[in-house]
Amino acid sequence: MLSQLQTAPNFEKADDFYAALLAAHEGLDEAQMHALNARLILVLANHIGDQAVLEAAITVAKGASTTRQM
Amino acid sequence: MVAVRYQTAFKLYPYEKVADQDAPTPKRHPVVIVGGGPIGMGLALDLGKKGVPCLVLDDHDGVGMGSRAICFAKRTLEICDRLGCADPMVDKGVIWNVGRVYRDEREVYNFNLLPEEGHKRPAFINLQQPYFEQFIVEEIRRQQAAGAPIEIRGQNCVTAMDQKADHVVLEIDTPDGPYQLEADYLVACDGASSPTRAMMGLDFDGRVFEDNFLIADIKMKADFPVERRFWFDPPFNRGETALLHKQPDGVWRLDFQLGWDIDRAAELKPDRISERVSAMIGADVEFELVWTSIYTFRCCTMEKYRHGRVFFAGDAAHQVSPFGARGANGGMQDVDNLGWKLAAVINDGADDALLDSYHEERKYGAMENIKNSSRTADFLTPRNPAHTLFRDAVLDLVEHQDFARPLVNSGRLSEPCTYDGSTLNGEDALPDGPARNRPGSACSDAPLASGHLLDQLGGRFTLLAIDADVPAGLAGSKVKMDVVKVSAGDDATGALAERYLGANTSAVYLIRPDQHVAARWEVFDAEKVAKSIQRIVGGTAC
Repeated sequence: MLSQLQTAPNFEKADDFYAALLAAHEGLDEAQMHALNARLILVLANHIGDQAVLEAAITVAKGASTTRQM
Repeated sequence: MVAVRYQTAFKLYPYEKVADQDAPTPKRHPVVIVGGGPIGMGLALDLGKKGVPCLVLDDHDGVGMGSRAICFAKRTLEICDRLGCADPMVDKGVIWNVGRVYRDEREVYNFNLLPEEGHKRPAFINLQQPYFEQFIVEEIRRQQAAGAPIEIRGQNCVTAMDQKADHVVLEIDTPDGPYQLEADYLVACDGASSPTRAMMGLDFDGRVFEDNFLIADIKMKADFPVERRFWFDPPFNRGETALLHKQPDGVWRLDFQLGWDIDRAAELKPDRISERVSAMIGADVEFELVWTSIYTFRCCTMEKYRHGRVFFAGDAAHQVSPFGARGANGGMQDVDNLGWKLAAVINDGADDALLDSYHEERKYGAMENIKNSSRTADFLTPRNPAHTLFRDAVLDLVEHQDFARPLVNSGRLSEPCTYDGSTLNGEDALPDGPARNRPGSACSDAPLASGHLLDQLGGRFTLLAIDADVPAGLAGSKVKMDVVKVSAGDDATGALAERYLGANTSAVYLIRPDQHVAARWEVFDAEKVAKSIQRIVGGTAC
């Protein structure tokens, strides 16, 4: 079966996740925030595993940028 | 006079004057190999064993000093087995299985390679390059004594070349002055700075990595276990990496990343190097410096590895960073690929187009090596803040989370290239056949009642019949072919079935002289086999 990136809403508890994400960043300086987010990406990426899904996710994330950087 | 570019470790082929030098017209040779390193000598041995007359021209008279390449992979040893020179390499070499990765002073994880059972050769051995070359030349000497048409000329330096329609003219300098030669085919195995490439005005493009590495090979009497140790940001080399690896003769390879802006001359001073070594192995450990060198690296390739009657192999064609040991090991796969193709065209009348597939397959292999070694370099030498951010994130995680281990990249060890998509590949018609032996793959070894499988394959085309009926001697074929019949009854460990049959009860594999799979079926069909061979050697040879 071909796995596809889930882009329809899929959160069990979206507000709870968002609050947990913010709470994890409390008290961190900018470098620590970057480091935390990098680790988080790697943890989630391993959970997903599927290379096509991961690449699709990178594409979606890049496409959503509001700053002109690409 | 022939310039001396480096010192030799072993003098193996001193200059001798030969009749060609006084010939009134230039003597024509079927194959001339320029460069007597491991690639040139390996190719000479392969061709000579196949009865193809070949001449090696080397501008020195032996093997260069310094350990240089030290990791030789299983596939290289299998190729050397086919060439007849692997035993002394494995006898002399160091086999290791445990690796430890450190960050700062802490061990963040260790691994055991636990090589798959049922292979004659280990995953790899550590062996100084001069020994590797010496063992090849010693086998050449034995083959010469048995009549193999190989000639080596030391201190013969090619100074000019001119490619004609059907041959190449060479101008050669010697201690007795210059002479000319002609070659039907020329193979340049003259290293990363290939003079042949320069004489032909051909480009060598790629990426230069802004980093320096110091190699210190030392002799010490210490109880370090035979392991590979790799450090990120150790106290003795802050902010950089370091590597410790065992070689034969009580020699250890120490490798220190130095960064880009260094005072090269100062870093090469023995006192400075000794200071670094002591900081790494302990101030109380006595040692002796055997060989030191600072290297920078680049990943480069030529656009084409064949130019008419001239071929490029080894570092002359492609250069990679040392991570993953893909230089010499990649070059030996070039030898493996080109030897039988030249022999098929020269001795057996195969189509010239077969020689084009050398470029096709080995460029594919080289690009795979360049991709892998570039990725390692990006991990070890982060080039921008994002590289550093994710590298550090991986290292932070790996101490506590095993899932991050596959992301740590201190080198992806050389593996045989599978020529997926090669024009030489025939049918893959074995239902759900094991992927590891699909057409294009180097055959997996397997232990059989009759000995290891790979010892029974190669050198010529081989039909491997596993519980399948194959008539003895395939009539009407000009291609010399061996038939190897094996049965599930010979396969006590089940490795053959797992690696070659899958769920099938029989299989027929057409295997090329370099032990790569050309095509496979469930049962023998003479017409299909003939078609696959024709696809490789061309229309006239079948």
